[in-house]
Amino acid sequence: MSQKLLLNAKEINIILQRLACQLVENHKNFENSALIGIQPRGSFLANRLYDILKKDYGLTSLNYGKLDITFYRDDFRRGDKVLKASETDIDFIVENKHVVLIDDVLFTGRSIRSALTALQSFGRPSKIELLTLIDRRFSRHLPIQPDYNGRKVDAINDEHVKVCWIENDGEDAIYLLKN
Amino acid sequence: MKELSVSNLLGIKYLSAEDLHLIFETADQFKKVINRPIKKVPSLRDITIANLFFENSTRTRLSFELAEKRLSADVINFSASSSSVSKGETLIDTVNNILAMKVDMVVMRHPNPGAGVFLSKHVNASIVNAGDGAHEHPTQALLDVFSIREKYGDISGKKIVIVGDIMHSRVALSNIFALKKLGAEVKVCGPNSLMPKHIESLGVKVESNLIKALEWCDIANMLRVQHERMEHSYFPSTREYVQQYGVNKTLLETLSKPITIMHPGPINRGVEITSDVADSEHSIILNQVENGVAIRMAVMYLLASKIKNYEN
Repeated sequence: MSQKLLLNAKEINIILQRLACQLVENHKNFENSALIGIQPRGSFLANRLYDILKKDYGLTSLNYGKLDITFYRDDFRRGDKVLKASETDIDFIVENKHVVLIDDVLFTGRSIRSALTALQSFGRPSKIELLTLIDRRFSRHLPIQPDYNGRKVDAINDEHVKVCWIENDGEDAIYLLKN
Repeated sequence: MKELSVSNLLGIKYLSAEDLHLIFETADQFKKVINRPIKKVPSLRDITIANLFFENSTRTRLSFELAEKRLSADVINFSASSSSVSKGETLIDTVNNILAMKVDMVVMRHPNPGAGVFLSKHVNASIVNAGDGAHEHPTQALLDVFSIREKYGDISGKKIVIVGDIMHSRVALSNIFALKKLGAEVKVCGPNSLMPKHIESLGVKVESNLIKALEWCDIANMLRVQHERMEHSYFPSTREYVQQYGVNKTLLETLSKPITIMHPGPINRGVEITSDVADSEHSIILNQVENGVAIRMAVMYLLASKIKNYEN
């Protein structure tokens, strides 16, 4: 297996700053907005953006949550996907909020579809947007596109994009793995 | 992938400690689901479950049915009193006829011990034992232990006494298996006439004095006196049973520390426990009922993942 570095820590940081900036541009003071990280991997990205928005933009009263989609997946009993659910933590009302779903890698789009269904269990948001760090274009199974995106990556199907976070994997880096 | 080591839930005896932890961790998440505005997930939308109750039940049947519906499964209900069983059909025939209608999972309560095990050897469906005679009632034990875990965080080292009719109780047997597998200390307490021989071989201690047992324990699980399973008298009178093995508030107040009270229901108020104990702050009886739905969702979700209708 070979691996190629796609983005290093510095580049990731620039992208995070840019994404935060774009969020502020559209959501102003986030009064009626909410950030929701998709568990488990999307939450790391959501955490980072949340920290930047708090520190650099002084947004203190952000609605911020984590959403687990395990029970809403469309591949239950069809593969070897994880059965065990992660924590869902949404302590605000989703009804009529402008929600930004956050995930690290957009691949087939199926996780996002599951997340849209899962989110409906909490109410009817006025609008839902999608923010991703890596968009693996050309590999979509569903008509789902990000509203905010870090980097587009052209990867073929047997390649794998690995996102590492310092708090979980010891470094900030994104690799392209080849079998 | 973490999954159960079994494809049927026939008894706690057949589960490993890892299985128990997986069920509890999954139930944690389902408990959150059933407290959301929309209490349903689509996981089992292509699964059909038959609830076969060859013996009366209200709470367990409702709890299973609710859990199935919260998982989006299709549900059919069957009770023996209104069926061909009274016309002489055998168990295997009854179940195979139901399975011919493309049912994936069977939840069964049956008066005969081992009915679930027997069925699992003869039919092609996931079987969930919802109580088989005086043998096992695995989902009840799971929800009992889950409720203890919820209150105390950990089961290991906790002291639990099971009080009452141990001999006729499937709840007692399943609880003993589950608690021992997770490292708890268990005592059983009740009249000698309702104490099975060789119960110590399961690793539990027998204590015939209720006060001593309560003083020792952190949690007391008060079993129901099952008049319907007693062909002859095991104690002279209900009044005498209450005097020796009934728990009331005055008795609890004489103990050196407060203990948690559990009951699998239905309660004979004034027999096993008095009303003021059942409704006290130390009682977690209604938590047990709520947790029952989450536990049954977890069990059926994990078992359903093993039914492969779609080959990759």
